Amino acid sequence: MKGGIASHDLIVVGAGIVGACCADAAAAEGLRVTIIEPGPIGGGATAAAMGHLVAMDDDPAELALAHYSLQQWEEFSDLQEAEFSRCGTLWVARGEHELRAAGQRSARLAAAGIQAHAVDAKTLYELEPELAPGMHGGMLVPREAVVYPPRVARYLVRRAQSRGAQLHAGRRVQQLTRDGVQLDDGTRLAGPTLVATGCALPELLPQLPLRPRKGHLVITERYPALLRHQLLELGYADSAHGDAGSSVAFNVQPRPTGQILIGSAREFDAADAEVSPVMLQRMLERAFAFMPVLRKLQALRAWTGFRPATPDGLPYLGAVPGRANLWVAAGHEGLGITTAPGSARLLLDLIHGRTPAIDPAPYAPSRVAA
Amino acid sequence: MSGLVRLTVNGCAVEMPDGSSVAAAVATVTPHFRRSVRGESRAPLCGMGVCFECRLRIDGVAHQRACMIPARNGMQVQTDD
Amino acid sequence: MTEHYDVLVVGAGPAGLATAQAAAGHGARVGVIDAQPRPGGQVWRHDVRQASPHAARHAFAALARVEWLARHSVVGAETQVLRVEHPDGVRLLGYGALVLATGARELMLPFPGWTLPGVSGAGGLQALAKQGWPVAGKRVLVSGTGPLLLAAAATLRAHGAHLLGIHEQAPTAAVHAFARQMLHWPARAVQAISLRTRLAGVAYRCGSFVRRANGDDRLQSVDIEGPDGAQQVECDLLATGYGLVPNVELAQLLGCALAAHDTHPHVQVDALSRTSVAGIHAAGELCGIGGLAAARIEGAIAGHMAAGDLTAASALLPARARARRFAGLLSTHFALDPRLRTLATPQTTICRCEDVTLGELGGYTDARDAKLATRCGMGACQGRICGSALAELGRFPRSGPRPPLFPARLATLAEASPPLSD
Ligand SMILES: Cc1cc2nc3c(=O)[nH]c(=O)nc-3n(C[C@H](O)[C@H](O)[C@H](O)COP(=O)(O)OP(=O)(O)OC[C@H]3O[C@@H](n4cnc5c(N)ncnc54)[C@H](O)[C@@H]3O)c2cc1C
Ligand SMILES: Cc1cc2nc3c(=O)[nH]c(=O)nc-3n(C[C@H](O)[C@H](O)[C@H](O)COP(=O)(O)OP(=O)(O)OC[C@H]3O[C@@H](n4cnc5c(N)ncnc54)[C@H](O)[C@@H]3O)c2cc1C
Ligand code: FES
Repeated sequence: MKGGIASHDLIVVGAGIVGACCADAAAAEGLRVTIIEPGPIGGGATAAAMGHLVAMDDDPAELALAHYSLQQWEEFSDLQEAEFSRCGTLWVARGEHELRAAGQRSARLAAAGIQAHAVDAKTLYELEPELAPGMHGGMLVPREAVVYPPRVARYLVRRAQSRGAQLHAGRRVQQLTRDGVQLDDGTRLAGPTLVATGCALPELLPQLPLRPRKGHLVITERYPALLRHQLLELGYADSAHGDAGSSVAFNVQPRPTGQILIGSAREFDAADAEVSPVMLQRMLERAFAFMPVLRKLQALRAWTGFRPATPDGLPYLGAVPGRANLWVAAGHEGLGITTAPGSARLLLDLIHGRTPAIDPAPYAPSRVAA
Repeated sequence: MSGLVRLTVNGCAVEMPDGSSVAAAVATVTPHFRRSVRGESRAPLCGMGVCFECRLRIDGVAHQRACMIPARNGMQVQTDD
Repeated sequence: MTEHYDVLVVGAGPAGLATAQAAAGHGARVGVIDAQPRPGGQVWRHDVRQASPHAARHAFAALARVEWLARHSVVGAETQVLRVEHPDGVRLLGYGALVLATGARELMLPFPGWTLPGVSGAGGLQALAKQGWPVAGKRVLVSGTGPLLLAAAATLRAHGAHLLGIHEQAPTAAVHAFARQMLHWPARAVQAISLRTRLAGVAYRCGSFVRRANGDDRLQSVDIEGPDGAQQVECDLLATGYGLVPNVELAQLLGCALAAHDTHPHVQVDALSRTSVAGIHAAGELCGIGGLAAARIEGAIAGHMAAGDLTAASALLPARARARRFAGLLSTHFALDPRLRTLATPQTTICRCEDVTLGELGGYTDARDAKLATRCGMGACQGRICGSALAELGRFPRSGPRPPLFPARLATLAEASPPLSD
């Protein structure tokens, strides 16, 4: 067996946005952190994501985590690496019932402390003139933003390293041991361990159910000023939270470069990472229905990614049941960029036996493990 | 090789032999085709559709490759300035 | 609606045209696709001033017997169907057999000033001149490597350029050794001699290369490094090319195996033009840089094979072997001077689409890693220029292609795929 047993305060397995936030938070508290990442930092789901920082209000626990996290994202609003752009989120209502829903949702967000208000059709078109005619209005969440997730993950890992964290780049955790981890080169490391391996969670912790949920994205050439807000259809939550085998929703984003990023598609049981022409077509047709001008724009590239989805849509944050010194932060589905910073704080509070700022019970891994 | 086509580049009238590319027509007016993302002036590199340095706006449509498109009567070509 | 062809050919250069001719001769329904407005590929590109050579005109005649789809660009590949964009929309083209004849592009090496207007490829400026680009009376310096420099210079001169000289990076000894070998290839020797005659009076300097281009908003002069030291030359245009890179992206998207032992991979084929994917053939430069003769013979072989005539294809094997041997000479005699890989400074732009400098690429050892961190290769050329350059500089190999193969209208990607038939 190569390498002796070294002692660490926290071994972070996986350097996606979640692992990176946890490593950064732990190093900031003075912990001796070790990070293990086989691929590029932030090269998993984190690299595929849209990077929209958004609060979804349909589940109170999800909203609480998003709200808590959004406050922490403010720290990065001036960070060059984050490419933080406060474009705001504009939810588009198609039909009177969606407009009514917009009213209820903005009230719910406002009650949670997130600035949001319903807008009528006239305002909607003033805000985004290229929307297709016939929309009824919507909801504006003005302080939400977009970031570039893989560079944030890199920044956080570097910041952790500057506070003493060790990075085992190009190494993979082969298995969890009684007192730590064993790497693929045989090295053993001992210490409290946090598994943040996203979609790969079942390889190390098969007792926590998780399914990859495939997504497609397309990015265009630069078209500055064509679009100003991140636009979503109010029906988005039905796609995001529905259990359909596959679904699409209108979800477009102005990148700070002037490019337009187009989502979103969700598919269970699609294992290969290939771009599926059929999903792409469905997704784009949906987008054209809301914004016909998109048809003519030049697409530069399409890609896919996998969201780590738990059965109830909430991440696993906390102690792994029945194991001492083993923690998990994974399963953030389609919101992990948004909710990573809050997840990290919550987890560190739990590790240190402090009371977290938000109730940790809904995210406890023990909710699924028998 | 017979006829000529007439088009405008940045508002200037240009006459080119039939079969010429838009890139060739632009070059008779200006050395500059597009601004790079950091603001540098750029012009065709490959002449064959792979480098995308010749992108400009033709009849209102942005990001067209000038080296791949034949000049046509009445075209309005705009470099990026 | 999917249109169906017995044989679908991508590329209407010498290889694709030979394919079309051979396949159509067997009575097959043949479609020929090219992104360019006219047939001919690189070497037989339409020239606004000069008539095409006889062989080219003969090859173009074959298009009368096939469906010729000009300005059609393949942007995607699905099961037995190509997604093809044209100026007015999109087509989905099905095929029984597919022949890839996508040719090659020029290798561009970064050096300080290479992004200035006025600096272009050697074959690049040749292509632009043929398109009507005004070179008459312009002071043009040609640099880089290989016989393509002579061909480019001859075209430029025919268009009235004032040639300041041709700077071949290979040392005199290597160029002479190549010239001696040419005696074994009479047809090539005649071609070369005729080129030299057309270039009479133009200085041809070996062991000489451009190390920097100078100018504010456009090219004004170049710094040349030669056997006799450095000098600065004022010029209007610099045409510089360092050889060719096979266009393998479509083949890659289709799952065809590549031969990756070279810096710039090419499509792996057997002598009968078969790729690793059943029903897909490849011919010409994308199978390894082989020049015009190889492209034509391989194209014919692929056409016969795609139409199911093994005998006719096999009859061409000796000719193919000979043409490919010639190609081998090029790479040995025009090997790049290692100094050319060190011209770019940390301030030199490498990725021209996203303006990423060599310095920003710091310690990255993987194309994807570098792309995620710096945007290098994320732009419209999809890494065709910077990726090949970085591979040549020995930094890291290019990453595989992602759809669409070329930037395409969103409407093109949204067009419904045909239902899968059995
Ligand atoms: C198409 C798409 C769009 C999205 N858009 C958004 C959005 O707009 N906003 C938002 O908030 N969220 C979005 N998401 C969701 C978000 O991307 C994810 O929730 C988030 O990236 C998950 O982060 P992670 O760190 O858990 O996983 P990952 O980023 O996948 O990181 C896990 C890391 O663990 C490593 N790893 C795996 N196995 C091992 C091992 N054995 N040992 C060591 N390391 C290992 C992997 O290499 C990987 O780097 C989107 C997701 C997709 C797919
Ligand atoms: C810029 C340049 C100039 C050259 N000049 C000369 C010369 O003067 N003399 C000489 O002997 N050799 C020259 N060559 C070498 C040349 O490669 C060969 O001589 C010959 O042209 C190769 O024939 P080919 O059929 O293999 O490919 P090419 O002639 O390169 O033809 C390939 C064709 O495929 C098309 N194509 C590629 N991808 C797609 C796609 N996705 N969709 C649709 N169409 C596609 C291209 O538009 C092109 O027309 C030049 C090469 C280059 C790159
Ligand atoms: S000059 Fe390279 S794409 Fe037009």
